[in-house]
Amino acid sequence: MNPPPNTTRRRLLGAIAAAPLLGPAMSQAQQAHPATRGIPSSGEALPRVGLGSWITFNVGNDRAARDASAEVMRAFFQAGGRLIDSSPMYGSSQDVIGYGLKKISRPADLFAADKVWISGGAEGRAQMEASRRLWGIPRFDLMQVHNLLSWQAHLPTLFAMKAAGQLRYVGITTSHGRRHGEMAQIMASRPIDFVQLTLQPRRSRSGAAPAAARARTRHRRHRQPAVPAGRAARPAGAPSAAAVGGRNRLHQLGAVRPQVHHFASGRHLRDSRHHARRPRAGEPRCGKRAAARPGAARAHGRLRGAALMSEWWSYGLRDLLLFSPRTYYRLFELYNLE
Amino acid sequence: MAVLVLDRRGGARAGRGIAAILALCWLWVAWSFHWQRYASINLAAGYFAWAFVVQALLLLWLGVVRGRLAPGPASRLQQRAGLGLLLFALLLFPLMGLLLGRSWTQAEVFGMAPDPTALATLAVLLLAGARPAWWLYPIPVAWCAISGATLWAMDMPDFAVVPLAALLTVGLALGGAWMRARSGDQDEMPRRTT
Repeated sequence: MNPPPNTTRRRLLGAIAAAPLLGPAMSQAQQAHPATRGIPSSGEALPRVGLGSWITFNVGNDRAARDASAEVMRAFFQAGGRLIDSSPMYGSSQDVIGYGLKKISRPADLFAADKVWISGGAEGRAQMEASRRLWGIPRFDLMQVHNLLSWQAHLPTLFAMKAAGQLRYVGITTSHGRRHGEMAQIMASRPIDFVQLTLQPRRSRSGAAPAAARARTRHRRHRQPAVPAGRAARPAGAPSAAAVGGRNRLHQLGAVRPQVHHFASGRHLRDSRHHARRPRAGEPRCGKRAAARPGAARAHGRLRGAALMSEWWSYGLRDLLLFSPRTYYRLFELYNLE
Repeated sequence: MAVLVLDRRGGARAGRGIAAILALCWLWVAWSFHWQRYASINLAAGYFAWAFVVQALLLLWLGVVRGRLAPGPASRLQQRAGLGLLLFALLLFPLMGLLLGRSWTQAEVFGMAPDPTALATLAVLLLAGARPAWWLYPIPVAWCAISGATLWAMDMPDFAVVPLAALLTVGLALGGAWMRARSGDQDEMPRRTT
C-alpha cells in the first residue's frame, strides 16, 4: 500500500479550523481503542501512532501558534495517542510541548520521549534536566541518545537513571544510513529498549537513500518512529563487533518492524489509527511525523550550542533547518507589529 | 533615507555619519532581531547576534574613527551598482514579500531586518570606492550566504536574491580594486626617453 499523502500546512490549518466539525468523529475516536504494539523489554502496550515535534512545534514566541499546537496535542490524546517525541535540537519545541501539556492538562498516560543531544557526557544530565523542566513533567518515559552523539558517554548515564527510576526506557536514534551498522553493534551489546532510525537516511551507502532523498518532502524526512528493540529476541551467538550493516542487521537483533506514524491533524490522526489497526506484511511503510502548529519556546542556550557544533559536517542544509517558512515570516510579522 | 542623503552629499563627515547609522542598525538588528526573536527558533541565532555586534564595532572603528566610508571616486560602474543596490535594499526589498504573496506586515525593512541591512551596508562599501574597507565585507557577505541557504532550505523562490547581490558587490569591489591597482602600476612605469 502506498504511504499516505504528505500533509501540507494548508491542509493542517484547514483541519484545525474545522476541528469543531470533527466533534462527532472525535467522539468515535475516543471510543475506539488505537492499535498498539508491545514494548519487548517490558510488555507495555504503546499505541502505534505517536506525535513528533521537529520543525512544526518550533514557533518561538507566537502565542497563537502555541495555542494551535496545544489543540493538536489535545486532539492527539483524544484519539488515543500517548507518545510525544522531542529533542533539544528542535529549537523551541520542548517548551511548546510544555505549554501545551499545561494548557490541556497533562494526561495521565502521556508517554514522554525526548533525547539527549550534547557532546559532553557530563553535561548530558544537565541538558536532560533542562528538557524535563521545559516539558513540565516529573520524569521522561523514554530518553534517547540523539543521532548517537557521544553515546559512549551518555548510555551509562541513561542506564543509571533508569536503574534509579528517573526514566523507564533507554533508546538511541540516528538519521544517518551509514551509522546503522554502529547502531546494530550498540543493540547487540547493550540493553537498548528503543531505536529510532529513518527509512530515508542521508548519506546511506546502501544505494537506497539517494532515491529516497529525491522523493523527500520539504522540511520532512520520512522517519520511523521510536521502535521498541527486542532485547530478548537477540539471537544466540549474536554477532559481536563485526556489523554487517544496514537495517537487515537491526532486524536480526530484534528491532521490530517499523510502524507508521503519520498525523498532522485530527483527520490524519483518525486515518492513521485506522491503517495501523490492520496488520500489513512486507516492507514497512514510511511515515511522516508531522506535528501541530508551533508556538514559542525557550532554548537550552549554551548547552545546545555545544551540541550544535558537534558533528556539524554530518548534517545537510535542510537537516539544520529547524523551523517552517510560516514560522520564519510570522517572526517578522510580530516584529513589525510590536 | 538618511544614508541615501548623506551619500549624495559626499565628503568625510557624510561618510562618518553613514558609518554611525549603519553601526547602530547592526547593533539594533543584533539585539532586537537575532537575540530577542530569532534565537527563539534558531539555535544559531546567538552566534549571528555576536557577528552583527562585531560588524557594528568594525563600522565604528573603520567608518567613524578612521573615516573609511566616505563616498569616494569609485568607477562609474561601482557608483551605479552601489546606488542601485542601496535603493533596492531601502525601498524595493521590503516589497519583495508582497510580490511573492506574503503579507505586507511581514516586510523586511532596513535597520530592523538583517537582509536589507546587510545589502545596504554592501552598497555603501561599494560607493566608498577608492579605498575599499575590506574588513567590513566578510560579515555582511557571510550573512547573505547564510540567509540564502536558509531560504533555499525552506524552498523559498527568492533564495538567490541576497547571495547574488552580495556576490555582485564583491565582484565589483574586487574588479575595481584590480583596475585601480593596474592603472596605478601603469602610472609608476618608468617612461622611456629618447
